Amino acid sequence: MTPPAANTLAEDLLAPVLQTTRKFYVAVALLGAVVLCGLATWGYQMYNGFGVTGYNWPVYWALHETNFVFWIGISHAGTLISAILRLVNATWRRPVTRCAEVITVFALMIGATFPLIHLGRPWLAFFLIPYPSERGIWPNYRSPLVWDFFAINTYLLGSVLFLLLPMIPDLALIRDRASGWRHRIYRVFSLGWQGTPRQWHRLESAMHIMALVILPVAVSVHTIVSFDFSMAIVPMWHSTIFGPYFVAGAIFSGVAALIVVMAILRKVLKLEQYLLPLHFQNLGKLLLLMSLLWGYFVFNERLTTWYGNSPHEMNVFWSTQNGEYAPLFWTMVLLNFVIPFPLLTVKKLRSITATVIASCGVIAGMWLERLLIIVPSLARKGSPYSWGSYTPEWPEVVIMVSSFAAMALLYTLFSKLVPLISVWELKSGEHSRRKAAARVQDVETAGELI
Amino acid sequence: MKAIYGLYGEPAAAELAYKELRRAGVSENEITVMSSEPLEEYEFGRGNRTTVMPWIAAGGAALGLSVAYLLTSLTQQSWPINTGGMPTVTNWTNIIIMFELAMLGAATATVITLFVSARLPRRLPEFYDPLISQGKTFVGVRNPPQASTSHIEQALRSAGPEKLRIVAS
Repeated sequence: MTPPAANTLAEDLLAPVLQTTRKFYVAVALLGAVVLCGLATWGYQMYNGFGVTGYNWPVYWALHETNFVFWIGISHAGTLISAILRLVNATWRRPVTRCAEVITVFALMIGATFPLIHLGRPWLAFFLIPYPSERGIWPNYRSPLVWDFFAINTYLLGSVLFLLLPMIPDLALIRDRASGWRHRIYRVFSLGWQGTPRQWHRLESAMHIMALVILPVAVSVHTIVSFDFSMAIVPMWHSTIFGPYFVAGAIFSGVAALIVVMAILRKVLKLEQYLLPLHFQNLGKLLLLMSLLWGYFVFNERLTTWYGNSPHEMNVFWSTQNGEYAPLFWTMVLLNFVIPFPLLTVKKLRSITATVIASCGVIAGMWLERLLIIVPSLARKGSPYSWGSYTPEWPEVVIMVSSFAAMALLYTLFSKLVPLISVWELKSGEHSRRKAAARVQDVETAGELI
Repeated sequence: MKAIYGLYGEPAAAELAYKELRRAGVSENEITVMSSEPLEEYEFGRGNRTTVMPWIAAGGAALGLSVAYLLTSLTQQSWPINTGGMPTVTNWTNIIIMFELAMLGAATATVITLFVSARLPRRLPEFYDPLISQGKTFVGVRNPPQASTSHIEQALRSAGPEKLRIVAS
């Protein structure tokens, strides 16, 4: 496909920002309605207490925690992938990075809401902040939940900056094209960007450093989320493999989410010229790699537990292999490994549709994985007298569904404010490509003359 | 303020104008170039490349690390808690907080340095032309000496600008 000219490129990518269609309002209304349902359900849960949910002894961590871990995992789509691709200077990254970075910021915001939802009385959330007080809540830096507080906030702040900095030149583009109140708003947010060589150089240096900083933070965030579990002496939680296992799982679900989002944007915003089959192919390869890595970690975790044959752990182990949770476990294996593997490896099957199908499966599979880490271990903890089970009630399910709608709503609203593909980065890539092509042609012409 | 500038459709033409201006005796610092994309492979895009940003980021990280160390260790000494037989100051667990705040320090220092060194936020200069956003490259001189105005105009014109404008004070 011939790449579009620089001006057409800006027109195409800025069109969703500058023109509003009826579809946009319909999408916002529908998604907003689902989000409102979720908020109302949260209110219902607050008013009536946790009795309206399926939470019951001994399973006090369930769907809300699953969603917390799931969304934090999805957040690895953006900043981590974008930072890696920036550092290795992968030229194909240009249309992908912003789509990915936006997922990170919104997924982190949604993920961080779930511990508040779990509190029951969220207005008392400040009780959790560790400071000395007459309530006897002493600062305890040994608690993994306090580590979470630091890690998630650092990652959120870093990701917001990582998203916002390269947006400045694009905000300046909109400033120069918009008029009226829109021009005034973008004039403020573009910070007086002019595009001098000095500004470009400083921006690129800053992005390089930010990429170096954000990479280890992204790895640390999911490692620390895994510590919420692995620091506890609970069967199948207290494991040294949990850190890398969680990080691999997070990247796995993150890549899958990115592929799905890109496919939706491609269709809805008519970005076929920019989000090319090559992008899906490359991300599909990454998804395949992560699928293999995920399979490797699952095998390691399961084999070690089975070989150790500790009675407490084996209770949980068998409940997931051939007991109550076995259907969920094997569905997870099917969705995360069995289905994606042929779809992403067999050349005849490889296509955008197949990659998207595999990714949808992986998102569902990774959500099940989070559930299977949390619930069976608590339901089969210790001696049989303390066993129990968990079935979600409608409030958890509605809140979960509304979190997906919230993600879609935030993404839709964001697409109205900023182009979802970085215009200046794409133009810069196109410029370098044209210059390189001209150089090749010059060499060929010189060769012919000789 | 007075300014004279040309807008060029191709960066190569802008580079030519830049070279002509230099030949006409205009110093590098007096020439303003603006574009809607980074053009580092051109002569005008190569200046101003020295930056202490990585060192300032490292300084920010060191500061974050020190603050985290003091925050955790002093707090643990001031309000000692006995948890699971661990010592009062638990450096193993504090490393996590120290790491996060070090990274936060590096990120914050980087952004502050970017804003200061790229002179952001600022008001747009009067001679800024919105056509830059349409892909044109701006080459101009702000407050040129009266005597050399015609030389500058000639230099800018020689590279074939799509638009040439003299902004009066």
